[in-house]
Parts: sequence; structure tokens; C-alpha cells
Amino acid sequence: MAVSVAPVEIEEADTESLVVPDKPWVTIVWNDPVNLMSYVAFVFQKHFGYSKEKSTELMMDVHKKGRAAVSNGTREEMERDVESMHGYGLWATMQHDE
Amino acid sequence: MVASFRRARKGGVSVTFGVDESRVLRHVFGEMIELLGQSAGSEAPDEDPLAVAVGIGTSTTVPTDPALARLFPDGYTDDADASADFRRYTETGLRSTKLAALQTALSTIGEPRQRVTLTPEQAEAWLRALNDTRLVLGERLGITDEIAEVIASLGEDDPRLALFWVYDRLTYLQETLVQTLSSGS
Repeated sequence: MAVSVAPVEIEEADTESLVVPDKPWVTIVWNDPVNLMSYVAFVFQKHFGYSKEKSTELMMDVHKKGRAAVSNGTREEMERDVESMHGYGLWATMQHDE
Repeated sequence: MVASFRRARKGGVSVTFGVDESRVLRHVFGEMIELLGQSAGSEAPDEDPLAVAVGIGTSTTVPTDPALARLFPDGYTDDADASADFRRYTETGLRSTKLAALQTALSTIGEPRQRVTLTPEQAEAWLRALNDTRLVLGERLGITDEIAEVIASLGEDDPRLALFWVYDRLTYLQETLVQTLSSGS
């Protein structure tokens, strides 16, 4: 992270929202009988940049529990994620985080 | 002889298809291109050319063909209106991306028994093309988690056996491609 030398004048910044971004939407990936387990984990790694371990864990959640929340963010961000998942042929939907 | 993908130089992959495999691949990719191309015209006859130019479709409903519905599912878990909007803004683009991947795959099958080397981009197109084709075949065949039991229940002269065979070959091919690309990164 860059450090600015000269003090910058700012109004009482709403640091709360900077530190903890409001991320009310989630992308859910659903289990289906066609997509390969290896492929699903590969897509998570490739698209989200997750580690192999995290991607495999999420894939196993999809496989065993029938679904997994794979990302969260703003509505626009989740629409992009869902669109990408559909591009890869994964069955994904987005919804408000509960 | 059964083809499988292997690592090649510079992040690429190579593969050599036999006579039967390359014929089957040409056939199924060709059918997929027809399916995706046809439905664009038949489901949205009043497509606005300007909207098409900027990638916005007029289709807001789930495709009636279950296979297409699987390729272009709803975007929202529980919101039909938002899903309709999402579809307007994404389906046209997704359709062309899927078509492009299938066309890349079709054009790089190569001659039978001759090794083809794919760039990383072409390999990813193959990955998407194989997966989308399996999704459509899976829908047509009613693939479930109990695929082995379904196959066992078919009679010897059941015409679906050939399609199951194709599905199985594509599954194997895709698996070797995923493994190859995973080990290459």
C-alpha cells in the first residue's frame, strides 16, 4: 500500500464502509450431474483466482451440499460473475446474501 | 485407440484424433453450432439490429428447449423480473462466445491420425466447447448421477447407446484436457 507524505485534507471519512465494503449479493453455484468435479474446481481457480485448496473445497461443497456461495460483492459484480459462470457452463444464480 | 490431450510447449496442448473420433467431433460440434445459431433466429424474430450490434437481445424468457435452457439458465435465484433483464443483457453475448468456442474447436480438430497443437486460447475454447456439448447431450439423454445404472438398463439395440458412447468419449477428453491445463499452470 502506498503511503502519502503530505497530509491530505479529508472530511470525516466514512472509513467503516471502506474497511468493510457492503457486499449484499452472492453468487451461488448449483450441483448438476454433467459438470466434471475437476472442471468446476478449475473454473473457480481460473475465474476467481482462488487457490487450488479453496477451489477444491468449494467444488466439494457444490457436489455434496448441492450448492455453494462462491463469491460476494455488489449486484453488478455478481452479475459479471454469474455471466462468466454461465459462459463456462456452470449452473449459477445470484441472490441477496441472507 | 483413444485420444487424450497432452502438454505441449509454451502452455499449449496437443492431441491426435483417430478417424472415428474426428468424425464424431466434427458431427457434434457442427450440430451444436446449428443449435445455437438456429435458436437465435427462431426465438427472437423481431431482433432490433441496433440492439444486436451492442449485444443486447430481446429474449427475456427461458428457452423452451431444455438443452438451451441449461446453457442459458436464469441469472437470479428467486427473481423472474431481474432474470429477464439479466437475460436481455447477457444471452446474446454468451451465445456468441459459446459459438466462437465451438467454431474454434471445430476448425482445430485436424486431420485424423495427425497431431494437432493448440495454443492456450484454443485449448480453453476446446474446454468450453466440450463442456457445452456434454451439457446438451446430458440434457437430451437425461443424464443423472446414476449414469452407469441408466446405461445398464438400456437394451443392446437401444439407439441411445451410441449417444451415451459419444457422451462418454467427450467426458474422457474433457477430463484429460482439464488435467493437462491444471498441471500446466
